[in-house]
Amino acid sequence: MSAARVVWSGFVMNLKMVGTSSFFLLTSVVQPVIFATVAFYMFKSGGRSGTLLYAALGAGMMGVWSTTLFGCGGIIQWQRWQGTLELGVGAPPSMALVYFPFTLANAFTGMYALAATLVWGRVFFGVPLHLVHPWLFVLALPATVISLGLMGLLLASSFILYRYANAMSNLLEYPVWVASGLIFSTSLLPGWSRPISWCLPPYWGILAIRHAALGGEVWGPLGMVVALGIASLVLSVFTFGIFETRARARATLSLT
Amino acid sequence: MKQSLRVFFVGGYISYRALFGFLSLWIFIPTLVLTPIFQILLFAYIGRAAGVRSDEFYVIGNAIQYASVPCLFAMTQTISEERFWQTLGPILISPARRMPIFLGRALPVIANGLFVAAFSLFVGGLILGVRLDGSEWARLLPVLLIAAFSCTGLGLITAGIGLRVRETAVLSNVFIGLLLIFSGANVAISSLPGWMATIARGLPLTHSIEAARDVAAGASLHAVRGLLGRELAIGIVYTVIGFALVRYFEWQSRRLATLERV
Repeated sequence: MSAARVVWSGFVMNLKMVGTSSFFLLTSVVQPVIFATVAFYMFKSGGRSGTLLYAALGAGMMGVWSTTLFGCGGIIQWQRWQGTLELGVGAPPSMALVYFPFTLANAFTGMYALAATLVWGRVFFGVPLHLVHPWLFVLALPATVISLGLMGLLLASSFILYRYANAMSNLLEYPVWVASGLIFSTSLLPGWSRPISWCLPPYWGILAIRHAALGGEVWGPLGMVVALGIASLVLSVFTFGIFETRARARATLSLT
Repeated sequence: MKQSLRVFFVGGYISYRALFGFLSLWIFIPTLVLTPIFQILLFAYIGRAAGVRSDEFYVIGNAIQYASVPCLFAMTQTISEERFWQTLGPILISPARRMPIFLGRALPVIANGLFVAAFSLFVGGLILGVRLDGSEWARLLPVLLIAAFSCTGLGLITAGIGLRVRETAVLSNVFIGLLLIFSGANVAISSLPGWMATIARGLPLTHSIEAARDVAAGASLHAVRGLLGRELAIGIVYTVIGFALVRYFEWQSRRLATLERV
């Protein structure tokens, strides 16, 4: 079976699975709309209504990250519950290849979040949807989503070792929102946190998307998003191999 | 009476330990200890970016609002999980009265909610430089306790619904999200449209968050007694509705033979 077929089949199957999950509907549509609403009111209260598109994009990206994160934590945990993790590990393709389309589908579902916050902002808060570089926006969005999916793959590999992968997902949701400066500039954060932000694809992703929408340099952040995505992919191939072997050796693969 | 008290205290505690799935330290620490700190930081920084309100506003608002996570999830799980584990039937055919069976589970939930709010307030305040002295803490603790109680009342409602619907985690998350918007944790009630402010005044946490901010600003408990009274009344109303829902869905599920259908 070709790698492309594995990726396509896994992508379509997981897209169908998450499409019927009310939990994914919550993280990819309801939750971003809630955060967007809070952010809209906060910026309006501060007399900064001109930044509502900024807030809508940030809240949407928060949803993309949440969906990726919970999806990645869920991949391992749900497969454990369903008893299918061993089958995935035992299949001839490498584990990274088996689970790559799953993380990609999760991140793709996260795009609903961006659509939801933009539509919500437009309909209920009159957020203008004028994009300065529409074509670059169309390029930056899928690049960011794929990069986040690849980062999710890296996280999923480490979750093999944890019995409570879902709880680890909870832990990583807010810190990445904060460190990536999804709804505020990272210049507000302490200086020591800057290198952490630079290592996160959501940081460069929101910069690329924000600059494409509101004006600014897009290619630099876009290049960083792609580079970090490739780095995550390469690392995840190694980590999947290491963690999978360790989990098999300790007989903890399907531990729930 | 003695039997009922035993069911209320001992039964409630055992049920809480058995059914609240967050009690493993691997879940408790990331979800109920660390995450609220980051929620506080997120909204404090958004507040700074938006140029609205002080850090203290967000530290107090979000610390109390995050108590809704243990209150809603724990209260719902400690009742609706009986259905998942197929133990609801044996409990309901026991001669024990329903009120101590179900309301006894609320006590540990309230204690957990109080701990989460107080810990988040302490650490969030420490990080963002919001200083509260001993006397302010002494006045804040009853406020946090009342907040945890009223939110547990809402949790009892989701628990009742949990006897009927399957996706209780989604339901709890939706309520938590609504509290994030409406409770005044991040947006002052005066900045919300009229209809939203009206809804906010009927929800748990709104009055306790306002009272906590007043207390942190130096007000005495006597000065905020009106707010605390309203919060307490809201908690009682939600608890009564929640208990009625538990009884109604219990009766419905017995009638329709769907008691333990998951």
